[in-house]
This record gives sequence, C-alpha cells and structure tokens, in this order.
Amino acid sequence: MGVAVPPFETFYETHKAEVFRFLRGRVGAERAEDAFQETFLRALRAYHRLEHGEHLRAWALTIAHRIVLDDVRRARPQGEMPELVTEDGRPAFEELAPLTDELPPKERAAVVLRYGYDLSYEEIGDALGSTESAARQAASAGVRRLRKEKKQ
Amino acid sequence: MTEIITSDLDERFRAAAAAEGLLDVAYDVFDDTAIGPVLVGVTDRGVCRISYDPDPERELEQLARLYGPRVLRSSKPVDRLHRELDEYLRGKRRTFDVGPDLRAQTDYYRRVLAELARVGYGETTTYGTLAARTGNPRAARAIGTVMNRNPVPIVLPCHRVVGANGSLTGYAGGLDRKEALLRLEAEHAARLQL
Repeated sequence: MGVAVPPFETFYETHKAEVFRFLRGRVGAERAEDAFQETFLRALRAYHRLEHGEHLRAWALTIAHRIVLDDVRRARPQGEMPELVTEDGRPAFEELAPLTDELPPKERAAVVLRYGYDLSYEEIGDALGSTESAARQAASAGVRRLRKEKKQ
Repeated sequence: MTEIITSDLDERFRAAAAAEGLLDVAYDVFDDTAIGPVLVGVTDRGVCRISYDPDPERELEQLARLYGPRVLRSSKPVDRLHRELDEYLRGKRRTFDVGPDLRAQTDYYRRVLAELARVGYGETTTYGTLAARTGNPRAARAIGTVMNRNPVPIVLPCHRVVGANGSLTGYAGGLDRKEALLRLEAEHAARLQL
C-alpha cells in the first residue's frame, strides 16, 4: 500500500507555485499562463488513474516539462530541446537521471516515469499527452538504447 | 505571502477543469451565509455534501474517498446551489431544485433520507415517526444517527426532525442552527398562509 492519492485540490495547491515558476523560467511569463493551465488540466485528466500519491511533485514537473517541449517544438520545429527537469531529494529520479541523460527527451521521460516512479504506461501516456502504446514503445526504445550504450 | 499566480489565472484553471467535466466533486465554501460558513460539494448528479465544518481538509479527504480524488474548489458548478441556499435563507424558497447525490449512502440511509425529503417546509416530524415510516417503529435511535450523518443538511431537512416531546434533541450543525432554521421556516410558512 502506497501513500493515498490526495484530493486534487491539495495536489494543486501544493505544487502550483513551483510549477508556475518552472514554466515561467522555461517559456517566459507571457506563455507561462497557458502552459500552467494545460499542465494541471493534463494532470487532472490522468489523476483518477494514479495508483498512489508518491512522487507527485516529480510527476507534476514532468508534465510541465512535456508541455514546455510541445511549446518549444511548435515555436522552433528544428530547435534544441531544453534540459529535462532535475529533481532534488528524489532518489529514484536522481539515480536514473545520469543514466538517462543521453536519451531523447520522450524516451527519457518514459523510462524515468516507468522505472523511477513506477507509473503505468497508461498514466505515462496521459502525463506525456500521448497514448499508452506510445509510452510503452518510448520506454522500451529507451531501455534498448541504454543497453546498447552500456555495451559500447 | 506573495502569490506568483494571479487569482485570475487560478480561477481560470478551476473554471476550465469544471467546464471540461473533469471533476468528481466541485466544492466551494460560502462564507457569507446567515448561518455561518457552509461548505458545499456537487457532482454531476447533484449535491453530495453540505457541511458546517469550517475546516475543509477533512471534508475534502472524505469526498475524495467517496466520489473520487478529483475534488477541486470551483465556483461555477456550485453557483446554482449557492443561489438557492441564499434564497432559502432569506425565506424566498421552500424547496431545492438541485437534488441530492446519495450514491455513496447505504440502502438504509437512502430509504430514511428519501422519507425525510417528504417532510415539508415549516413542518416538523419526530424520530419515531420517521422510524415507523421506514419500517421499524423502534428504530428512533438509528434514525437519529442517520440524521446526524445526513450528508446534505438543509437540502434534506433533518432540522425538521425533533424529539417526541418537541425538544430539538440534536443537530450536527449545532442546536443554534437547528433553531434558526425552524424559526425561519415557521415565520415564512405562516406569512405565506396569510
């Protein structure tokens, strides 16, 4: 039994300031408002399928990060991807972070959420704004790539 | 505390969440009613909670447990109930158009609460009478428990249930509130008959 999923109100009030600061830092004050709303709407769409209330901060920031990627992609189709969120005080993420540094952003997010946070593929699909099968493919492609890199 | 999120942005998110139909329960706290602060929760089926508890934290956890974790304060979905409550407390309304959502209640509670709903504005009944009407005349004490745990007081009028000797007996929101509601109804029921 993990920690119970708190009421969404509690989740939102706990993380909204940090998520907004994160978004403002990445996309600027002007676009941060839309990105903020989209982040929490996306979280809300997946919220009832969370199986436990652990790592919600990382989860919220991962969704926000994904929104930033979408935003950047729209604005600069050929542009560089920004750095993924780094987490402090979250061992699972920290252990995985250096290992997955070299992965493409989508594969990295899928691997970290699956193996660092134990989210289901359905939840990851929701968090990343794609589908369960896309999340599964991204995670397994990421793992294959990690294995290959390790051998070299 | 400096808020980096404007209240406008905050309210826009809360409205969008409700408009998209993503909430299990939308709730709000009405601070300005004649009987003190009231927390109300609504689902897409009706009102599931009315509480006089000024500290919402426990309420939110219970709502999440009963109806799902997507519990969010959002004023739009509760607007209509807010208006109806306000009208009721000013003596301008006798029944509520917003119906109760009793899906989280047991069959017994639902049966008792359905019977309670038939007690009209300005009237009172007794625990024993309700017990008899729901099949067991000796269950007055059990009826008292159901009234005490009524999830939607006022909309389901447990304040209209009194002891056999006419004493107010008890009320989850405090006897002062029970008395105030009965006085309000007596006054306006009489006025309407004139």
